[in-house]
Amino acid sequence: MKLTGKEARKLLFDPIVENNPIALQILGICSALAVTVKMDVTLVMCAALTTVVAFSNFFVSIIRHYIPDNIRIIVQMTIISSLVIIVDEVLKAYVYEISKQLSVFVGLIITNCIVMGRAEAYAMKNPPIRSFLDGLGNGFGYSFILIVVAFIRELFGAGEFFGIPVMPEWYPVNNFLLLPPSSFIIIGLMIWAIRTYSTSQVEENDNPLKAHTFKPLTVKKEAADG
Amino acid sequence: MADLMSLFVKTVFIENIALSLFLGMCTFFAISKQVKAAFGLGIAVIVVLTLTVPLNNLIYTYVLKEGALAWAGLPESNLEFVELITYIGVIAAAVQVLEMFLDKYVPVLYNQLGIFLPLITVNCAILGASLFMVEKNYNFVESVTYGLAAGVGWALAIVLLAGIREKLKYSDIPEGLRGLGITFIIVGLMSFGFMSFGGILL
Repeated sequence: MKLTGKEARKLLFDPIVENNPIALQILGICSALAVTVKMDVTLVMCAALTTVVAFSNFFVSIIRHYIPDNIRIIVQMTIISSLVIIVDEVLKAYVYEISKQLSVFVGLIITNCIVMGRAEAYAMKNPPIRSFLDGLGNGFGYSFILIVVAFIRELFGAGEFFGIPVMPEWYPVNNFLLLPPSSFIIIGLMIWAIRTYSTSQVEENDNPLKAHTFKPLTVKKEAADG
Repeated sequence: MADLMSLFVKTVFIENIALSLFLGMCTFFAISKQVKAAFGLGIAVIVVLTLTVPLNNLIYTYVLKEGALAWAGLPESNLEFVELITYIGVIAAAVQVLEMFLDKYVPVLYNQLGIFLPLITVNCAILGASLFMVEKNYNFVESVTYGLAAGVGWALAIVLLAGIREKLKYSDIPEGLRGLGITFIIVGLMSFGFMSFGGILL
């Protein structure tokens, strides 16, 4: 199968809104929250993760026919952790300050479910170039959420953008947004926005108190009592 | 002893691994629909953390740390760069061994934990706790306490969230916010709640 331009675009851009790893697949939330206080730290984290997902997909896909099924998790883990070690060493060498701020979160890319999830769900079944693009796309989807969250938090929380003050003097900074829990609320609202835009992602209503379900419930209870 | 107690309380409440450090979030959101399942997973996390954090501590102190191989006649060794791959290997192996042990000797517990055990290998709370243990320079006894307390904290958080979500079923939530969206906001509020423990001096 030849890879057409249209397909490539779909692989790259679908995960950004339509099939976002964080907002829809519930993957990779762990590190998404603690690293979004400042734009520069966030960008480094996004670059690190995108590199790891893209290359782990690529390498897993290259050897996918040789991986025995029952030890595939360990093989994938080994590939992923080697990549993360490379990224970690590169960051320590070139952007030491930021890598200190990221502390354990670079290492935690290993257990980031996006990486494992894509290797398992996509790279094991598809050829290398496609897997690479899929990895890049999912990395972008993750980066999209992180960058928006970091932008909101830094702009309104500290009144800054990349460390440069941009808000006018009279703007009272909202320290509330600098606290980590606020990123949960921002992501929650983003999910709301995405799902209003693309309604197919709305989850089913499993409320047991939907209209007219009261009666059967009470009848059953009486039957049980009697 | 008092030191260990305060480390325990601090790790469970003030530095709760789920609600203040945001580790293990994927399973935290995915398996918190029912209290029963959340409880099972919580117990499994406690067991695995209490095993792996001290184990990784021993490996770090006697093999990986700079100059740690002096006992083997290699005083200049520094294997810190293979830290990540070692820890994840130890965790995967420990989970596997625990699974086989439970299967053979405690089948009741094995059946209850069942699917949760393999899931735990890729839970970032486990790897995260090991990495924090190294960053904070805990000794062996402290690392046992830290592992146990981190597990208890995580289990507490997921059971609390599952309790809230079970009740949440009955509420009328706007369409787009249903499910994942509202859960994020609730976890955010819970996390603010846990931040109030931050003022406690131990």
